[in-house]
Order: sequence, then structure tokens, then C-alpha cells
Amino acid sequence: MARRTRYAPDRGLTVRMTVTMFLLGLVFVAFVALIIGIMTAVHASGAAIVLVALIFGGGSAIASLFYSDKIALAAAGARVVTPQEAPQLHGIVDRLCALADMDKPRVAIAPTHMPNAFATGRNSKNSVLCVTEGLLGPQLNLTKDELEGVLAHELSHVAHKDVQVMTVASLLAIVAGLLVRFAFYSELFGGGRRSNNNQNALPVLLIIMAVSAVVYAVSFLLIRLLSRYRELAADRSGALLTGQPSALGSALVKVSNGMSRIPNQDLRAAEPMNAFFFAPAMKLTGGGGKSLSQVFSTHPSLERRLEELQKIQKQLGQTTPIE
Amino acid sequence: MGFLDTLFGRTKPVQPKLDDLFALPSAAITLQAASGFVPTGSGSVCFRGVEGRTFSDIQDEVRDLLNMDSGKPGGGLPVEVSKDTYGFTWLVSSHMSDELDALVTDLHAVNSALVDNGFGPQLLCTLVAFRDSAERRLALVYLYKRGTFYPFAPLSGERRDNALELQTRGVLGDDLKIEQDLTKWFPVWGAPGL
Repeated sequence: MARRTRYAPDRGLTVRMTVTMFLLGLVFVAFVALIIGIMTAVHASGAAIVLVALIFGGGSAIASLFYSDKIALAAAGARVVTPQEAPQLHGIVDRLCALADMDKPRVAIAPTHMPNAFATGRNSKNSVLCVTEGLLGPQLNLTKDELEGVLAHELSHVAHKDVQVMTVASLLAIVAGLLVRFAFYSELFGGGRRSNNNQNALPVLLIIMAVSAVVYAVSFLLIRLLSRYRELAADRSGALLTGQPSALGSALVKVSNGMSRIPNQDLRAAEPMNAFFFAPAMKLTGGGGKSLSQVFSTHPSLERRLEELQKIQKQLGQTTPIE
Repeated sequence: MGFLDTLFGRTKPVQPKLDDLFALPSAAITLQAASGFVPTGSGSVCFRGVEGRTFSDIQDEVRDLLNMDSGKPGGGLPVEVSKDTYGFTWLVSSHMSDELDALVTDLHAVNSALVDNGFGPQLLCTLVAFRDSAERRLALVYLYKRGTFYPFAPLSGERRDNALELQTRGVLGDDLKIEQDLTKWFPVWGAPGL
């Protein structure tokens, strides 16, 4: 019998991700070109500001990547647990890692009632998978299969190196954001003194500020788009790993419902961690309605995720020949 | 995983390595000579079932296939199917303790049935049970995705006999590909057939 596979790649998702990353790259190239163009006027204070922003932005991005596991654990107040302390959790992670042939991350539990999970770390050796007590708790009542689905989703983030990819993707936004601020401050404090040295100090700084603001806004939207695609990719890989797309789907529904029952205070405190979570802790709502909130969201809508899982369910019933 | 796969967030499901399993019978002889552990004749295949009709049909086919020989000389007992607390399915095949070749053939039949039907990535591990005269239990666990073995020696109350496991690693180092990364020696408590 010919070898067959039931795990065909999702080309549509790959194409959408490629386009998003291409646009991000395009914005980056255009940004650099513009800055260089402005610099051709050889403007000392302007060049210094850009350099400082690059060093600060790059440095903070690298530092946040390097310490991402420690920062995230500290922010969530989580504690790494041993197999003796959480045998069930370790048992599931052990098996999933053996199925996927990947290094086992450390496992941590955060003392939060909000049901959620995240994974972070700069590489597979240093990654950590964290679940909240709410996810394991009796109120949510996740079955073993559903919990396994959540963990498989998070392990897929580790396998896809999502922390690294998103750090690189947001580097530009960080630098652009810093430039806006630096340009603004040097305008306030440095502008007056230096005006003798260079006559075009003011307009050049203004242009840098405007360009950076636009770049920041555009790259922010693209990063959010990329984040949503990577969530879908993690859902997909997680569902294929366990072979139970429906269990992952019902876990998504339960976690989303569980979250809406939690008071707002908790949610706002959790907001900075949003990008790492299994399901978003805070949903943007307001005048713009659904479409606007989706553009800014780090996660795809529940309906969209369930729809994609349903496709995978169908796929597992069919086969395509191995290429 | 390649750079492009990382960029696009695709993980290719890992295909299992099947061939190294056939090194088991000769390794069992070495093990018996060096430490007195004898195969119990039972072994099992552990895999993660996929939801839906397609997979359960294949599972039934495999069971019927293995049961065709049961009762005949060398055919062993009917296959037992059970599900563990983690939702993984175990197919246990039981033979006489000197029929390790037949046992490995049975286990391989399960593997190839799943692989041929496109469910190879669902295979987790294979386990072959041993016992010594003091009734100590030992299992050799084969990890499909890595093509390596590791010893697992459960004691009562979810404890492991690490000394025995390391001793076994030393004995079998030349016969089997032993998993070098000790973090991958995960415990399979309550595995059927052990």
C-alpha cells in the first residue's frame, strides 16, 4: 500500500502569513530608506537620536527575548512545578513531547483564577509552559482531552518559535515608537540649545516623528494580524498532534466562557500578558464594533477558530498521498 | 524543523521509525544472560487515537488481524485493547515467554497498519515486559519518533528503580540504541501488559 498522510499543510494560512510578513518587511525597508534619506542632510542630532533608538529598541527586544521565560513567570506569579507536585500535568506534557519529538519545556502553575495557559522562552531548551490554577480547577471542569488540547496548542507555540518570531516582528514597532518619543523630547529640551548649530534641526525632527508615528501604526496592525495567523497555526498543529480537534474546540469554548465570568479587575491586570495566552483575556469593544475590535485583536475570534478546527476534523477523515 | 517552517508556523507531524524494533529479540538474550530478566511474553503498542470513524475502523481491523492466529501454536492470546487515563490506546499482545520474535512481529503489524493508513504520527511507544526471579518488573520502552529504547522499572507506589534502569542501560548499550537524553525517559505508570 502506498504511504499516505492525513496531515496536509494549510496552504491558505501559509500564503496569508507570507503576505503579512512581506508587508512588515516592506514597511521596514521603506522606513530605513526614509530615515537614510532624511540623514543625507547629515544631521548630527537626528542621527544620534536614531542610533540611540536603534540601540535601545534592539537591546530591549533582545533582553526581553532572553529573559522572556523569567519575565513571564514573574509577571504571572507562576511557580515551576516538579513531576511529583503535578504528576498529571507532567504526564500529559511528557506524552505530547514524545509524540511531537520535541524537548520537554518546564511546567509552571500560576495562582490565578482566570483559566488560561501560555508558553514562552527563547529556545526549546529554555521554554516554559504555564497553566493557571483556574484552568485546572473544578469550576471550569475541563476533561483530560480538553486539557491535552490546550497544552498541545501551547507546545505548538514553542515548536513554531513564536516568541522569537514575534520579537523580531515587533522590533520595528519598538524602534519606531521610541523614535517618536525621543524626537519629541529632544524637541522639548534639546531643540532650543542646538538651533545655533543647525538650522534645519526642527523640521527634520518633525519629519522623523511623523514618519515614525505612521510606521508604528502600520506595523502595529500588521503584527496583530501576524499574531492571529500564528494562533490559527498553533491551533492547527495542536489539533493534529492530539488527533482531537473537537476536544480543542470545546476547550476553547469553555475557556472563553470561563473568562467572561471573571471580574474586570483581574482581566485588566492580565492584559499585558495577552499575546502569550491561549485565549485573549481582554476583548476590545467599543464604537467601532466587531470589525474594528478584530483588527486590533491578538487572537482570532472564537467562531473563526472553531471553523478552522472543523476543517481539520474533516481532513483527518481523508488522505492525500505523501509528496 | 526548517527555517521556512518556523517562519510559517507549520510543524510537520513526525513519522515514526519502525525498523529498530527488530533489535529486541537479540537484546533480550543479552539481558537474560547479564541480569536474569526474562521476557514475560507480553508487549504493547501505545498510540493516540484520532477522533472519528476512520480511525476506529482501522483500529478494529488491526485487532481482527492480530486475533486471526490466536489459539494456534505460536499465535498467542487474543489482543486486549484498553485506554489509559491520558486517553492513549494500548493494544496488548500476549505470547509465551520464548516467543519474542512472534511478539515483535505482532507489534510491527500494528505499526505498519497505522503507518499505511496515514496515522503513523499517532504512534507513541511500544513496551515489552520483562521479569526476573525476584519478580522485579522491567520494561523496555521503544520511542517511535526517536527510534530509541529506554528501560522503565516501576516499583510500588509510582516510584522507579533508577539503579536497575541505569544498570540495564549499561547491559544493553551495544545491542540497542538507548535514548541518551534522560529527560525523555518518561514514566508509563500502569501501562497495560507490564
